[in-house]
Amino acid sequence: MTWVLNNLGLIGELTLAHIGLSLIPVALGVFLSIPIGWLAHRFPLARGSILGVVGIFYTIPSLALFVLLPPLFGFPILSELNVIVALVIYAVAIMVRSVSDGFASIDPGALRAATALGYGPWQRFFQVELPLAGPVLLAGARVVSVSTVSLVTVGVLVGVKSLGYFFTDGFQRRIESEILTGIVMTLVVALIFDLTLLAIGRAVMPWSLLAQKRVGQGVS
Amino acid sequence: MELFADAWQWLLDPQNYVGEGSLPQRSLEHLGYTMWVMAVASAIAIPLGLYIGHTGRGRGWAVGITGAARALPTFGLLLYLVLVFGVERRELAAVIALVLLAIPPLLAGAYSGVDQIDRRVLDAAKAQGMTGWQLLFCVELPLALPLVVGGIRNAALQVVATVTLIAYVGLGGLGYEIIQGIPLRRFDQMIGSALAIVVIALLLDAVFAALTRVVTPEGVRKAGGGDIRARESSRRLDTRAS
Repeated sequence: MTWVLNNLGLIGELTLAHIGLSLIPVALGVFLSIPIGWLAHRFPLARGSILGVVGIFYTIPSLALFVLLPPLFGFPILSELNVIVALVIYAVAIMVRSVSDGFASIDPGALRAATALGYGPWQRFFQVELPLAGPVLLAGARVVSVSTVSLVTVGVLVGVKSLGYFFTDGFQRRIESEILTGIVMTLVVALIFDLTLLAIGRAVMPWSLLAQKRVGQGVS
Repeated sequence: MELFADAWQWLLDPQNYVGEGSLPQRSLEHLGYTMWVMAVASAIAIPLGLYIGHTGRGRGWAVGITGAARALPTFGLLLYLVLVFGVERRELAAVIALVLLAIPPLLAGAYSGVDQIDRRVLDAAKAQGMTGWQLLFCVELPLALPLVVGGIRNAALQVVATVTLIAYVGLGGLGYEIIQGIPLRRFDQMIGSALAIVVIALLLDAVFAALTRVVTPEGVRKAGGGDIRARESSRRLDTRAS
């Protein structure tokens, strides 16, 4: 406990750094996955190869990816960019499948009705398909955020400071409460992200509370 | 790209294939830890998951625990347990941390495997006079098996990725050359080992993908692919921990 009280400043600082490092991959990953997942849903021929490539990225261990990305893209291994790019890749790898499943879950009758009412393809996408796929996308985004927040901690091994710093520093200095603080704060950040996503979901899809329940049961 | 050429050289260097800390030895260590952890975690989580699915008891509890456990940073847990257990028992600490990582996907695979079975099939089996055990072993288990194996696949993937990190507490595995190489800037051994880990992870995944297909009962396979796709997606909707 004394350790916590003596290091409140550092705890706050690293928690903010952790949130910053997680925010870009979650947001960018979800954003990039929507067109890719839609392509996988729309074109069955592309589906196999898109999901295959995505599956391979999902399989690569993070520490290996942190080592392999810098020589491929030419940035230094000890940079934040390295960790962020790796986490965007994982976010896309997890999310694309949810997006494709989300679009597949839409009742084709609703799409035909929209077309019959004179919706153009873009209008139909933004006003019918995207909202109806929303609950499944939200479920996917929640998985992405939990995963990302936890993965950021591994970045400390390549020198990127996050709450993971408390793990290695606490281990080297043999301070149990320091590691424990890192673990608890990581859980807190994950919870903040999850509640934020739920709130966003509730705000933009007020009709989805029931559907969300159904989806939650389906994936668990 | 030059770095990859160096890494390739390192991978081909005969010196890395003999003696203490050779590539084959590190790979075997890596797979050894993975198998130990998977055996212990499966022995705990699969019967428990089948029990939850069979009786419906403790379902909400299991969903909550698996959800919360996914947020747990395994690297932190590993270092914490090593400090608590003491460095001489760090092997036990590592196995426990990894078992805790493997349990949620295994549990989820087992109970959702039983859960997704059509109620009418179970009612029919009961109407034929099957006892609870017969129902479990002759109906529920075979029909749940593809999802159970899906859970094992997911867990194994997480574990094989995370075993990379145990080198930080002085245990072996393929992560050793990476974690030791970072401060020394030995890019050839880091990239070479990273490639070796990727190959092992992909091979393991391919083995389980094939296994999933083998254990799908013939009747289910004939019933159509729609089912299998739903199953695939539920398997993939999982986090990764490292």
